[in-house]
Amino acid sequence: MTTAVDGRLDQETLVGLFERMLLIRRFEERASEYRLAGHIPGFLHPCIGQEAAAVGTCAALGPDDVILSTHRGHGHMLARGADPGRMYAELYARVEGYNRSKGGSLHMIDTDLGFLGANGIVGGGIPIAGGAALQQKRRGQGGVAVSFFGDGAANQGAFHEVLNLCSLWKLPAIFVCENNLYGEFTAQSEQSPVADVADRAAAYAMPGVIADGNDVLDVREKVAQAVARARAGEGPTLVECKTYRHRGHYEGDMCAYRPEGELEQWLERDPLVTFPARLVSEFGVPEEEIEAVRAQVEQRLDEAAEFAAAGTFADPAETFEHVYVDSIEGKALR
Amino acid sequence: MKPIRFAQAITQALDEEMARDEQVILLGEDIGKPGGSFGITKGLLDKYGESRVYDTPISEEAIVGAALGASMMGARPVVEIMFNDFAALAMDQIVNQAAKIHYMSGGRLSAPLVIRMLCGTNGSTAGQHSQSLEAWFTHVPGLKVVAPSTPADAKAFLKAAIRDPDPVMFFEQRMLYNTKGEVPDEVEPARLAEGKVVREGSDLTIAAYMKGVHQALEAAEILERDGISAEVWDVRSLVPFDRDGLRASLERTGRLMTVHEAVVRSGFGAEIAAIAAEEMFDLLKAPVRRVGAHPTPHPYAPQLESTMLPSVERIVETARELVGATEKVA
Repeated sequence: MTTAVDGRLDQETLVGLFERMLLIRRFEERASEYRLAGHIPGFLHPCIGQEAAAVGTCAALGPDDVILSTHRGHGHMLARGADPGRMYAELYARVEGYNRSKGGSLHMIDTDLGFLGANGIVGGGIPIAGGAALQQKRRGQGGVAVSFFGDGAANQGAFHEVLNLCSLWKLPAIFVCENNLYGEFTAQSEQSPVADVADRAAAYAMPGVIADGNDVLDVREKVAQAVARARAGEGPTLVECKTYRHRGHYEGDMCAYRPEGELEQWLERDPLVTFPARLVSEFGVPEEEIEAVRAQVEQRLDEAAEFAAAGTFADPAETFEHVYVDSIEGKALR
Repeated sequence: MKPIRFAQAITQALDEEMARDEQVILLGEDIGKPGGSFGITKGLLDKYGESRVYDTPISEEAIVGAALGASMMGARPVVEIMFNDFAALAMDQIVNQAAKIHYMSGGRLSAPLVIRMLCGTNGSTAGQHSQSLEAWFTHVPGLKVVAPSTPADAKAFLKAAIRDPDPVMFFEQRMLYNTKGEVPDEVEPARLAEGKVVREGSDLTIAAYMKGVHQALEAAEILERDGISAEVWDVRSLVPFDRDGLRASLERTGRLMTVHEAVVRSGFGAEIAAIAAEEMFDLLKAPVRRVGAHPTPHPYAPQLESTMLPSVERIVETARELVGATEKVA
């Protein structure tokens, strides 16, 4: 079961995975600064530390596949190829943002990328992913639906209802649990007697697989196997990515609940440290190429932030748009 | 044109819309081979097959989520929630997800789904199978809410709801399922914004919906013997609400009473009363009166339940007070 379904990756692809992870890391580090500088009015839930799970998963998907994400969704969206400029514009509450400043961080959506939404409700995207998988099956073109969620969401009723339903109907769904050890401000061990969320797959007669969530290649391989199984009509898989959230539940959370030394241990396994080192030592990527990627990412994010800052605020009249597709001559708006 | 039962009208609407558009799919508990708890979907699985009629586990949140996700990708799902009481189990998907997806996406996604919900008592169905919760959904921007009272309207409004691009909560009152009414052979979708005068009158307007319309019509007969002329206005669509229709009726009568089976407190009658008070005060000769269930859970015992529920007698009595009170004021 450990053989990669499509063999070894070429150097360009490997460097691409690094570039995407770095883009996410730096996008969020900068977003944190921009928020403190007063440019971002709402919540931010950074996924710093978890980039390998997002990028590894999305690297195993095709263009017709769709994704449902979480409150920690910037990484999933960037991993899928989103434009950081339009994402910053959304965070800056400008109409140039992906959702015309109506959604913000917690509700970003890009249908062109098959990114059907971050979600402000823990576990809220899981049932929608079930429906997306249902429609993928009805289309019959081999598309799958990926549902990202955290260890906290695995204790929601929705998780159990949907895994049961999707397995029963053999829907092409991939349930990717990013187990970052914390649900909001409380350790996973204090919220569930089950240490491995993957164990719960057995209750729904589907494979439960554990991936090293800080190893982009391991995640990619495990998810690729799940995707192959889904495309073959064999039904869903639960993939648990063991990872760690470097920052708090949201920006501003000081993480007083963390045991001493825990963060430091995980920092040694930081995918943004370990993967570039592997690229050089194991895959023969020149150091200069790594440095060039770093410079490109900074430049891209400079431009993205400039794009957002130059954006326009929505006209107040737009408050009343998009409540309904058809408000029936405005009657539904009163 | 021939008389058919309310329940048959629902089945016909589903059948015709499924035949028209292969993206119309059904999801719900026991809706496949059993044909649904009340027989609404009988025969549709055989006719349209397993890729159109999905008999689900008892998992309301997963069912509504499945409909929502599929609708975001081009399907036109119609969900059956066996009793609206069970919608409480799916509220995240309805309220936080389906109602808001078009708005939060800045118009990039929409959720064209229908949730059919049975509501109201069926006699001693007690606390968890009897409620009328339509007002909950009217409080959530992004949802449309429909509550028909006749077979013809049920068919025309359900067809409209299925073709509508937004999420529509479609209420079916259990006590109306066996009532009969004439339905044209060819039914066009209704416009989801229009109430309807079902009996003309000059002394007061009774704004009612679902079973309340039938009770109001009975009350109007009794009131006529007292020399009180009641107009009965079937609200039909709660969101959007037909303000023009209400105003036109009040211009004729000058008095307003609302009737629904839902509990009066924060029921939709309160919204209608507020609209009249805010926007049509100049037309009102007397304070608005509301008739509905008293604010208690539904009791099991028949004599307790009949105390709780609105009755024709209460409507008549309230109408007499409303008209009499005005005369005293005048």
